Amino acid sequence: MPADLETAPAAMKSVESGDLVEMSWDPVTRIVGSLGIYTKIDFAAKKVVECFSTSSIFRGYSIFMQNKDPRDSHFITSRICGICGDNHATCSVYAQQMAYGIKPPPLAEWIVNLGEAAEYMFDHNIFQDNLVGVDFCEMMVKETNPSVWEKAQKAEAPHAKDHGYRTIADIMHALNPFEGEFYRETLQVSRYTREMFCLMEGRHVHPSTLYPGGVGTVPSIQVFTDYLVRLTRYAEFMKRCLPLHDDLFDFFYEAMPGYEEVGNRRVLLGCWGSFQDPNVCDYNYKTMDDWGHGMFVTPGIVVDGKLVTNNLVDINVNMRILLGSSYYEDWADSGETFVKTDPLGNPIDKRHPWNQTTIPKPQKRNFADNYSWVMSPRWLDKRTGDHLALDTGGGPLARLWATALSGLVDIGYVKAPGDGSVSIRLPKTATKPDTTFTWNIPKWANTIERDRARTYFQAYACACAYYFIEKAMAEVHAGRTQTFTPFKVPDEAIGCGFHEAVRGVLSHHLVIRGGRIANYHPYPPTPWNANPRDVYGTPGPYEDAVQGCPIFEENGPDNFKGIDIMRTVRSFDPCLPCGVHMYLGGGKLLKQQHTPTALMGLAK
Amino acid sequence: MKAPDMIIADRPPDVKEIHVVWMTTGLSCDGDSVSITAASLPSIEDVVMGAIPGLPKVHLHNPVLAYECGDDFMQHWFDAAAGKLEPFVLVLEGSLPNENIKSEGYWAAMGTDPDTGQPITTNEWIDRLAPKATAIIAAGTCATYGGIHAMEGNPTGAMGLADYLGWGWRSKAGLPIVNVPGCPVQPDNMMETLLYLLYQVAGLAPIIPLDDQLRPQWLFGKTVHEGCDRGGYYEQGDFAHEYGSPKCLVKIGCWGPVVNCNVTKRGWMDGVGGCPNVGGICIGCTMPGFPDKFMPFMDEPPGGTLSSGIIGTYGRMIRALRGITNRTVNKEPKWRHSGHQLTTGYEPKYYGRN
Repeated sequence: MPADLETAPAAMKSVESGDLVEMSWDPVTRIVGSLGIYTKIDFAAKKVVECFSTSSIFRGYSIFMQNKDPRDSHFITSRICGICGDNHATCSVYAQQMAYGIKPPPLAEWIVNLGEAAEYMFDHNIFQDNLVGVDFCEMMVKETNPSVWEKAQKAEAPHAKDHGYRTIADIMHALNPFEGEFYRETLQVSRYTREMFCLMEGRHVHPSTLYPGGVGTVPSIQVFTDYLVRLTRYAEFMKRCLPLHDDLFDFFYEAMPGYEEVGNRRVLLGCWGSFQDPNVCDYNYKTMDDWGHGMFVTPGIVVDGKLVTNNLVDINVNMRILLGSSYYEDWADSGETFVKTDPLGNPIDKRHPWNQTTIPKPQKRNFADNYSWVMSPRWLDKRTGDHLALDTGGGPLARLWATALSGLVDIGYVKAPGDGSVSIRLPKTATKPDTTFTWNIPKWANTIERDRARTYFQAYACACAYYFIEKAMAEVHAGRTQTFTPFKVPDEAIGCGFHEAVRGVLSHHLVIRGGRIANYHPYPPTPWNANPRDVYGTPGPYEDAVQGCPIFEENGPDNFKGIDIMRTVRSFDPCLPCGVHMYLGGGKLLKQQHTPTALMGLAK
Repeated sequence: MKAPDMIIADRPPDVKEIHVVWMTTGLSCDGDSVSITAASLPSIEDVVMGAIPGLPKVHLHNPVLAYECGDDFMQHWFDAAAGKLEPFVLVLEGSLPNENIKSEGYWAAMGTDPDTGQPITTNEWIDRLAPKATAIIAAGTCATYGGIHAMEGNPTGAMGLADYLGWGWRSKAGLPIVNVPGCPVQPDNMMETLLYLLYQVAGLAPIIPLDDQLRPQWLFGKTVHEGCDRGGYYEQGDFAHEYGSPKCLVKIGCWGPVVNCNVTKRGWMDGVGGCPNVGGICIGCTMPGFPDKFMPFMDEPPGGTLSSGIIGTYGRMIRALRGITNRTVNKEPKWRHSGHQLTTGYEPKYYGRN
């Protein structure tokens, strides 16, 4: 046993009263990837005092991609993620198109947009109702909050006539894993939406028909018919699904006053934009701000509720990758500077992804020092000099927020008038009328609003797909069926791609030298959300959202499930083939701690 | 006609209940777990909810779908290692890193060791669980042969399960490792293999037929090309020279003629999607030689010109040439091993061994 265990952890000394109990969840289940969450909880005050987020997997993409053919990069980077790999492939294709100086034919762009829309529809759907949804199901609520279950049985569902469930308890019952009928229905929905994806991009989750320059998809009449018919089924489904989730989430605020504080965080949201418009997008870096504004989900950085920028060039040049608690050697002095200035002449920092060198340094996990394979991406706010720990709000919250504040999207099916709202119109379907849903900027960036935004974004993606398929079919009907633009790989080039992975911001930065990959750094959403404390001591967003989180669970330390913490972490839609572990320590009192546990490194 | 002695619906399975302990903490993307949620033949509900006659009751422990979290979830792993979760099928997703090439730390881990406070490596879990498992399935190309994360120049020394346990490994029930490759695994291929093993455990099927690479024969016995509906273009010497063409893709990177996979027959989901049948070049993602022996993916495979040039005249000779290439791509690169030296080409500076 290490000698230092006799000393109370430093962080604990600052707490005057109450017994701090170390609780951890490792692995956090019902997410994608490997995440551990380690906390200290003050049960007397019903509050989380401290939180650490750790990831237990390292694979080394940026290392093994060096010297490979740049045309392989979308095939390779798709394998980063098993649920949104196609987002990576798409983002890589965007970055390659910039580097090769090409744009795909319009039909190819619409096909990619249709594929990516299907990915959002599928992935948000399965996460919302088959993974995070279980946190809101009857089984779970009975186990963690019996009094809330009592209330749910008496609570009439306001939109019962839309979704068919009379009470909130009926909804919760339908969400029980495997047994619940809505759970099973959504699994089925996740399948036909993936079929829609396969129609456009070949295979889920690693696409077969996506290439720089376009797609190999054969644009037959049938491929679009097969997509469209499934799309109408999804629209019909969303007309039940969205009111169902509104009822469920509103109930949590009513049943547990103060629940808005769960997972509440300062509004620090980033969105890198999604869905290119072939009429404006030419993949030229110099015009990137213009075509960024043309995206059908607007990019943007939102700080304290205000839009700081929606220019992709600003977003790009101010990205910084920090260390502080990660298992890597710093590259700032030793690594090569690949890109000194961007094509517009803006200086590029040594800690920017274009100039990053990944140097793994495996070591023991020590929560007082280094404890994660995730690095700490930050966005430098030039106004204040702060390295902001932006989060993605799980993806949808930041997307809707940035789109609503920018007021640039107006495509008939979706409209952001610039008044803080986004309206989403789903046309008439077999048994449901033409319906418009309106999302309004919420009062909080918290657990419930991250989850609610996900449902609204499912509808948003569905509405966009109606627009994209009209555009695609117009190309086919006009005989413009070209789907590929030939290209040559240049000897020297740089490129960057900006996209929205399902759970948030995604960028790929590529440097080509001698026709080979000299440097390649993807930044998916989870490093932004799941990162550990940076060199300035700033905690990552999961850590920040969980620290200070009030506990509403009715169980004490002995049979504590950590449901409020789990809901909070899951509200970010963790996807940690780059991410966090939470481990329930069985209620060990820190001050009586005589056996080494995971947080023991804090004593040093 | 005489009724059989006992119909399957009335026959109690030889084993009443079985656990499926599914690890996603190899070097993976979790794409194989996500893939099984897409399966419909059978679906995961069909298996877990007992829709198919004759099967034991199945308890699935998979982190992507589990109700439990953290310690409650890990308890199944500790029980399995202690021989208290009998019988179980172990599924591994992701390649196994080489934890021997550095002095401390971990590449891949799951759960925390209560004695040390340090993560328990995935390899250690394999060491603990493999001797207790009735059968082991390696799901996806990372787990079977190493896959993407075992590419040349990789920093972790990643390898497939059989490279780690040995190709001659047998479970306590005498079963070899069952490899279901694919990147990710084709949804129904994986669920059907699991279904077969459940039949076998129930006493309803003979030992699963596997080929030299430990793949189910009925799924991987044919090449992509043999099942491809663009084969007619090939036969006529009519080739695509650009992506987006409906013709045969062998001149622009398709490796279908030498790759063992049924995707062109089965499609990706319920017959929808796939690879060369829908315009995607075959990059050999089911193969032991993946990815290295197929890169750069978008170039014409070596020998493609020859075999596509003499099509029609020398069928027998083409088969012989393809046989040679097929054998080559059915071999893994030599750097996938569990030795103490990293031989992938990456030169580490901070592994604490130099």
